Amino acid sequence: MKIAIDFHIHTALSPCADEDMTPNNIINMCILKGLDAIAITDHNSVENCRACMELGENKGILVIPGMEVQTKEEVHLICLFEDINTALAFQKLIYGKLPKKENNPKFFGRQIIFNEKDEVIRENNMMLIASVDLSINEVFHEVYKLRGIIIPAHVDRSSYSLIGTLGFIPEKLSIKTLEVSKRCNINAFLGKYSIFRNYRFIQNSDAHHLWDILERESFIEVNKKDIKSIFDILR
Amino acid sequence: MQVKNLIEKENFKLITNDKDISKEIKGLYCCDLLSWVMSHAKAGDAWITVQTHMNIVAVASLLDISCIIIPESIEIDKETIDKANEENIPILSTNLNSYEIFCKMHELGLR
Repeated sequence: MKIAIDFHIHTALSPCADEDMTPNNIINMCILKGLDAIAITDHNSVENCRACMELGENKGILVIPGMEVQTKEEVHLICLFEDINTALAFQKLIYGKLPKKENNPKFFGRQIIFNEKDEVIRENNMMLIASVDLSINEVFHEVYKLRGIIIPAHVDRSSYSLIGTLGFIPEKLSIKTLEVSKRCNINAFLGKYSIFRNYRFIQNSDAHHLWDILERESFIEVNKKDIKSIFDILR
Repeated sequence: MQVKNLIEKENFKLITNDKDISKEIKGLYCCDLLSWVMSHAKAGDAWITVQTHMNIVAVASLLDISCIIIPESIEIDKETIDKANEENIPILSTNLNSYEIFCKMHELGLR
């Protein structure tokens, strides 16, 4: 079956995202847009995943718990997990590798954690916008150990991207799927960088505002609409 | 100036094996975005970067860089050092920052 996806959506926990990126707003917007499966991927944290997953389950939209990790090379990796407990185990590791600095909401924005009723539970005061002290290789190792998957984020961009920062994709990493950003024309990109033509490309929104979330425009073919079937395709 | 002239100075420590240290340093380039380096650095440049990922060796080898200089005593991944030995790319470590490296090289006659 063909499902409409958007595996890169930020909530108001990401300092750079709108404060109306609440669990209910996101899930309802995804329903309006007709998406089948999404992933919640805040910077270096998964603390809004649970609320979004609960709402998604009630409303028939599959929500994958995820995180956008910023490695020490300043490369963004979309890390997706099978369930919330695995995602939380990964978060514990990541929190231990964040710099011991506090977020400054005035400069970077607030980092809000919600429950499934969109009530503010608390604000996270860690510096989530920073790089964690883990290399790309180490993040791959840790995520694979937890049976998660990794999709290098917005590789068509020059900043915070695996190809932009490292020049090309390290051979040793078993990467099959790459993400390109919302406005990227994949054919034009491959025309310029034909060495990447053997990868699978998926398009996500990297939404920081509700209106950024994709329409039914990015699809993958899966056996069943569940996390396991999606991982089988992307892995 | 050759790579080995730098190693004799106390601020620069060779962390790869000593093959190819007679390479001529023709210029100096500093950048951490590897795709940018690939399109802008020149053959014979000594390249200063805070990146320690293995891909720095591939980029250096692609461009025929004379040596890689890692500033501010940043720790270097072992697999990067192994790869550099394999590809005969000298890597130097120094406690100097990029500006101080430029000053030092100018003092040593790189114009």
